[in-house]
Amino acid sequence: MANFVLANSGHNRDDEASKFGMWLFLFTELLLFGGLFLVYTIYRYLNSEAFLHASYELDVIMGTINTVVLLTSSLTVALSITAIQKGNVKLSLWLITATILFALTFLVIKYFEWSAKFEHGLFPGMDHYNHLEPAEKMFFFLYFFMTGLHGLHVVIGGALLGYIMWDIKKKEVTPQNYVFLENGGLYWHLVDIIWIFLFPLFYLIH
Amino acid sequence: MSEALSQPVNFFQAKKGLFSWIFSTDHKRIGLLYFYAIISFFLVAMALGFLMRLELIAPGETIMDAKTYNQVFTLHGVIMIFLFLIPSVPAFFGNFFLPIMIGTDDVAFPKVNLMSWWLYVLGGIFALLTLVVGDGPADTGWTFYAPYSVKTGTNVTLAVLAAFILGFSSILTGLNFIVTIHRLRAPGMGWFKMPLFSWALYATAWIQLLATPIIGITLLMIVAERVFGVGLFDPALGGDPILYQHLFWIYSHPAVYIMVLPAMGLISEMIPTFAKRTIFGYKAIAYSSLAIAFIGYFVWGHHMFTSGMSGPARVIFSILTFLVAVPSAIKVFNWVATLYKGSIDVKTPLLYSMAFIFQFLIGGLTGLVIGALATDIHLHDTYFVVGHFHYVMFGGAGFAFFGALHYWFPKIWGKMYNERVSKIAFTLMFIGFNFLYFPMLILGIMGMPRRYYDYLEDFTTLNVISTVGSWVLIAGILLMIINLIRSNKTGEVATRNPWGGTTLEWQTPSPPPVHNFDATPVVPEGSPYDHKMNKTG
Repeated sequence: MANFVLANSGHNRDDEASKFGMWLFLFTELLLFGGLFLVYTIYRYLNSEAFLHASYELDVIMGTINTVVLLTSSLTVALSITAIQKGNVKLSLWLITATILFALTFLVIKYFEWSAKFEHGLFPGMDHYNHLEPAEKMFFFLYFFMTGLHGLHVVIGGALLGYIMWDIKKKEVTPQNYVFLENGGLYWHLVDIIWIFLFPLFYLIH
Repeated sequence: MSEALSQPVNFFQAKKGLFSWIFSTDHKRIGLLYFYAIISFFLVAMALGFLMRLELIAPGETIMDAKTYNQVFTLHGVIMIFLFLIPSVPAFFGNFFLPIMIGTDDVAFPKVNLMSWWLYVLGGIFALLTLVVGDGPADTGWTFYAPYSVKTGTNVTLAVLAAFILGFSSILTGLNFIVTIHRLRAPGMGWFKMPLFSWALYATAWIQLLATPIIGITLLMIVAERVFGVGLFDPALGGDPILYQHLFWIYSHPAVYIMVLPAMGLISEMIPTFAKRTIFGYKAIAYSSLAIAFIGYFVWGHHMFTSGMSGPARVIFSILTFLVAVPSAIKVFNWVATLYKGSIDVKTPLLYSMAFIFQFLIGGLTGLVIGALATDIHLHDTYFVVGHFHYVMFGGAGFAFFGALHYWFPKIWGKMYNERVSKIAFTLMFIGFNFLYFPMLILGIMGMPRRYYDYLEDFTTLNVISTVGSWVLIAGILLMIINLIRSNKTGEVATRNPWGGTTLEWQTPSPPPVHNFDATPVVPEGSPYDHKMNKTG
């Protein structure tokens, strides 16, 4: 009797529970960004002229390329899940590698975009920034804050996918037990969807 | 089931050593880790409260200057709210008892559970660091209102980061509970056969999950404002301080339901056990938990009645605030109805439950007074608000916490506490509490503002009464703690079910074995509080 274990143990494998937990976590991520979107919306509404003027500084072409890159990476991660479901571990690994490469591409492009802004002295505290009117300052601050926080999520998502590749190599994620990859994919789609909202808000609205 | 049948290895004996605790994924051990941390922080914040009351025993500077007083009440609030009240019931009792009460052996994500405790510890360290580095603890009040929080030289950044980390910890606990309740209920335990404590935790978990991220991002904005000198909430730089207040209260008002809802769940457990009677209105209590969680999300605006808001918005927020009182009152009526014609056994946990009802009633009704637009203009930012808040939070949530500590003491530690001493301690706490906080309500109506280290001569008598009350209260709390520590060493060995409870935790040995049960628990056919079954069985 010393080691009686219940049938409905919390230590049993439960893929439904894992995915449920991931979805709940994604809710919290959406709300985290939701606070920023709210602040953005209110200040955009109050200072639409200044926000519009400031948004001309952003590079729509680079933003568009990044959108394409990130959307494609969502495709590759979804395909990698299908590949492992069908038992093709090797293809799955290649597709995850592609996803991570897309993530790196996104970050490199972002790096060049940010560098250009730094050169123009648009980061808070810099020379040009200090001479902007308050609402324009707000725009650039929100731009750096929101794309920065999003960039951080790209890094975390990429690292997570790298870790999952490691688990696939160790045979801890297999065609029979791939819920971890599914959750990694879900997280990656979150990174994608946040960008889908950031892109038009900062680059496109006129 | 006879007691002598078998005594499996309990969760204390299973493994020894510090590391077997701080890296344990056993929900019971994590619950206790939380408890020891929570009660330590409680004692620190209690000491700060003692110093504040001592400062207010006479007008003028008594033992500390204005800035120190501001820092003390801020740290008192930050610790009591983020490190005691929010985690207290879910992270300790919830962790320990939720899996047992729904008949499983752990939460859905045991490793995430351990991580949330570590985050809690990290957040606690950040909060305490504000004491020793730089210009001392924040002096903004626990609300960190901008733009002052952006301008003060004190350690706002550290304190705010502490709250951010603690919020993350709280989110993970809530997430874990939701999945656990959905996926791990024992076979045969439908939603409406769950104990009401699980319902309360379920409703709370959704608030933790859906409200906390907002404060997380808001606090990060404060940090960014301080570091980069931009004016998101600073009117001098084009920002809107009232926007900060909205964002802050979108979380922080639901957060008070994170603090009080699980405590109401505890009352719903203790009252049927000591009235030896099925709970009255099971479904009404379960649904009212969800209703409080839901409506509670939409009342935050009542914190800004006097700080700039349109007339219609104020009326709407006021009506919604009144609406929350309805499900709360439903609970109170059901508890009282449960007692009616019960065979009441007046044990210490029941006394705490009665004190909860009495004090929560005062707290709730005074809440309506400040939720009404006209009276709020007079009472806003007075000591009345402090009195109201402590009646709900300490008189409600705090008393429920200590009542449940006695209720489940035999189950957790396997020993009976000393009933006589615990009743003396309760009496001191009850008297001390009311002498401490009732004068605050009167002082507030007379016009004494909150958050001042000084006051007019006219307010002296009531302030002295309040300070003396704080001494009696602290004596009661210390006596209670000493009694429990002593009982753990010398108390009688507890049986499986010393109170005649009907929920599943009473079917297992005290303390429970590693996997919680030594036989498959029997889920009652009907209500989880069927006391007739207990008499024959």
